[in-house]
Amino acid sequence: MYDIVIIGAGVTGCAVARYLSRYQASVCVVEKEEDVCCGTSKANSAIVHGGFDAAHGTLMAKMNVMGNLMFPALAEELDFEFQPNGSLVVCMNQEDMPKLQALYENGVKNGVKGLEIIDQARLREMEPNISPDAVAALWAPTGGIVCPFGLTIALAENAYTNGVEFRFNTEVKALTPREDGWIIQTNHGAIDAKCVVNAAGLYADVFHNQVSQKKIHITPRRGDYCLLDRTTGGFVKHTIFQLPGKLGKGVLVSPTVHGNTIVGPTAIDIEDKDGINTTAAGLNELIEKAGTTVSGLPIRQVITSFAGLRAHEAAHEFIIGEVPEAPGFFDCAGIESPGLSSAPAIGLTVADMLRDKLGLAENPNYDGKRKGILDPKKLSKEELTALIREEPAYGRIICRCESVSEGEILDAIRRPLGAKSLDGVKRRTRAGMGRCQSGFCSPRTMEILARELHVDQSEITKMGGNSKLIVGTVKERL
Amino acid sequence: MKHYDIVIIGGGPAGLAAAAAAYDAGVTDVLILERDKELGGILNQCIHNGFGLHTFKEELTGPEYASRYIAKVEERKIPYMLNTMVMDITSEKVITAMNREDGIIEIEAGAIVLAMGCRERSRGALNIPGYRPAGIYSAGTAQRLVNMEGYMPGRQVVILGSGDIGLIMARRMTLEGAKVKVVAELMPFSGGLKRNIVQCLDDFGIPLKLSHTVVDIQGKERVEGVTIAQVDNRGKPIPGTEEHYECDTLLLSCGLIPENELSRGMGVALNPITNGPAVNESLETSIPGVFAAGNVLHVHDLVDFVSEEAAAAGRAAAAYVSAGCVDAEHKEIPVTFEGGPRYTVPGTIDPAFVGDSLTVRFRVGGVMKNQYVNVYLDGERVIHRKRPIMAPGEMEEVKLTRAMLDAHPELSSICIKVEEA
Repeated sequence: MYDIVIIGAGVTGCAVARYLSRYQASVCVVEKEEDVCCGTSKANSAIVHGGFDAAHGTLMAKMNVMGNLMFPALAEELDFEFQPNGSLVVCMNQEDMPKLQALYENGVKNGVKGLEIIDQARLREMEPNISPDAVAALWAPTGGIVCPFGLTIALAENAYTNGVEFRFNTEVKALTPREDGWIIQTNHGAIDAKCVVNAAGLYADVFHNQVSQKKIHITPRRGDYCLLDRTTGGFVKHTIFQLPGKLGKGVLVSPTVHGNTIVGPTAIDIEDKDGINTTAAGLNELIEKAGTTVSGLPIRQVITSFAGLRAHEAAHEFIIGEVPEAPGFFDCAGIESPGLSSAPAIGLTVADMLRDKLGLAENPNYDGKRKGILDPKKLSKEELTALIREEPAYGRIICRCESVSEGEILDAIRRPLGAKSLDGVKRRTRAGMGRCQSGFCSPRTMEILARELHVDQSEITKMGGNSKLIVGTVKERL
Repeated sequence: MKHYDIVIIGGGPAGLAAAAAAYDAGVTDVLILERDKELGGILNQCIHNGFGLHTFKEELTGPEYASRYIAKVEERKIPYMLNTMVMDITSEKVITAMNREDGIIEIEAGAIVLAMGCRERSRGALNIPGYRPAGIYSAGTAQRLVNMEGYMPGRQVVILGSGDIGLIMARRMTLEGAKVKVVAELMPFSGGLKRNIVQCLDDFGIPLKLSHTVVDIQGKERVEGVTIAQVDNRGKPIPGTEEHYECDTLLLSCGLIPENELSRGMGVALNPITNGPAVNESLETSIPGVFAAGNVLHVHDLVDFVSEEAAAAGRAAAAYVSAGCVDAEHKEIPVTFEGGPRYTVPGTIDPAFVGDSLTVRFRVGGVMKNQYVNVYLDGERVIHRKRPIMAPGEMEEVKLTRAMLDAHPELSSICIKVEEA
């Protein structure tokens, strides 16, 4: 029997796991996919919001501001990509100025530091490609950008090395109470736990509603995105939001931590919790809206488009904490934007709730530091030369668009909770994330995965399950 | 730092031909840098025949064609480094490369020939809506899996784009036991060679649907089907024309993009139409002593012309080195065009640097029938050639002779026109 089972290895589940690993407790994360960071956490705007947007007094506002403040130190500790590049909310219309002012005041009440309303001249100085129609902006210097895979994987790895178990391809089917806890039925048998953390993202309503009479409903709210080539890096320096106004809620244009430009999202409510397909209508809407705040957006430089689903709860508020009628069942539900920004705060908060509930003692062996995959591009020539001499795999480039070496891919596969699929390698190393979108490197990465995992190449998948990349050998059916 | 008179970036057909030609022109201190484990480039996976008709008057396979040029390099004992990735080139022609054995290698070059080839346009760049499951491959990636590794990427195939690799893969997949259901092409004409449409589609009863595109991809883990629709003359899908195809694989053959990240990094000016370097008659880029040839310069249909072009670049690089690597003054008479061509290679000409003749290559923007290609030097028509049919998928060329140029000693205008007479 575990002390705690966490359902879901997205950023929220992994954050809870990581902060729980500070205590002496047996913790297991169950995840229906083959890897961490496979749902909402992998397909979003990758923004660490300042915290001015969420309505004052809400849990969203509190968690956002608290999470935002945790990022700089956490990025140091866990070695993931984070840049406090600052955000601008651009007002396109004099009539909308009161809304900008209201946003500023809301942010101040939320405790966001450094907020300022800036005029057109200063805005243009900060962002030369801003639309000439922009009249003013809210400047939030504490806004940031993050690699969402990097963050989630870092949290998971650190939790794992501090003793948290992870079970992948394990889908929770039902929850039943038992005398001193819960029985978690999965496709791989039952697991017993004293406490359950519901970090199931889009499916959090399913589990919540199994144990609570106070029903919640999570709507998958699809957001389509376009990612532009790294040659567009520097088109904007800050994250550019559109002030929701008479043109509706706009889309953002932002640099990513890897130097691409991201444009998105749309907001389309759908039924299917796996409906991560982009649509022509969605992409067209996106491209049309994206040009509003900036001039000359190089949209022809798109290298990929994708869609993510926000776990939108009807009340648009985070639902965090123990369900009163289900002792030992802790919700982390309705975690939509600013969920990524709030993840560290939610993790810390929920871990502390569980500590108090179970009377957990500190884990004396806890080590909060984690080292990411070595990035040879950050080494000096001498250091890199020495590295290749010691480990020649760092001298063999596999992904030429992103200059990813075999050494990095081997590290991604061999490290704790290592990659098992092409997408797993991609999220950890960026191999296949560049402008050719894995056309060149995928056969080579498949070869390395097969060799390292001791399986035939025909077993290698894009993302686990039935996503096999090859279906057999030539001539076998002739 | 090591020094070579000429360093060739890429050991595919362009790089090999450039190296041999530079050597034969008297500059023997040549090095080829190749990122793959063998020389030959993309030809190694092109196991079909039809290569070399112009050069060798034979129908060779890709590897056979490559081997003829590899033999030339071996005979001349031109050194090459395999499994070596060029990471960066400076405008001062200092090359940084990397491999397992030597780690970081820095090489100073007297002249450089860019011969990096091209890459395929990806699903992402096409912005095709739908899911992102396994089973979506560019045609060239599928070709590598099938021909070099012996793996089948799928069994029920739809192909988007009728570029030559897509056409070749339609036949290849069929021969390997897959069912190719349809080839959809966005444009009202094929992007591939006529002979490939006949030999790879018609001979196997594979339908080609022109003015069609993929509007949806189904399947959450592996491709389960695609929807194709007819497009209007602006390329927009026409509602109501959707057709569903069950398949496990979507192959994309929707255009090739010259791979110029290194060129851009060193500051070489690019032509926005070709996405390749802007070059003069010597195939010299905006940086003196840096030359370009083959698919990195502009995408070719036939390797024979890659070899021919690259040999010219190799000779020009050798001439640059032989002249002491000084940046000679080039007149830049622009090659202008009207009535059909979208670009020309070269883009500028200095007659003083032209030998016996100069081939100017171009592509037209649409299918054109019963037209004349006319070349005017200072307004005087010097070439008048009837072309029964021209298409974007087939590169055109005109040859300016020394005599034509000599007849215009004060030449200031060169224009290629496609005209009705």
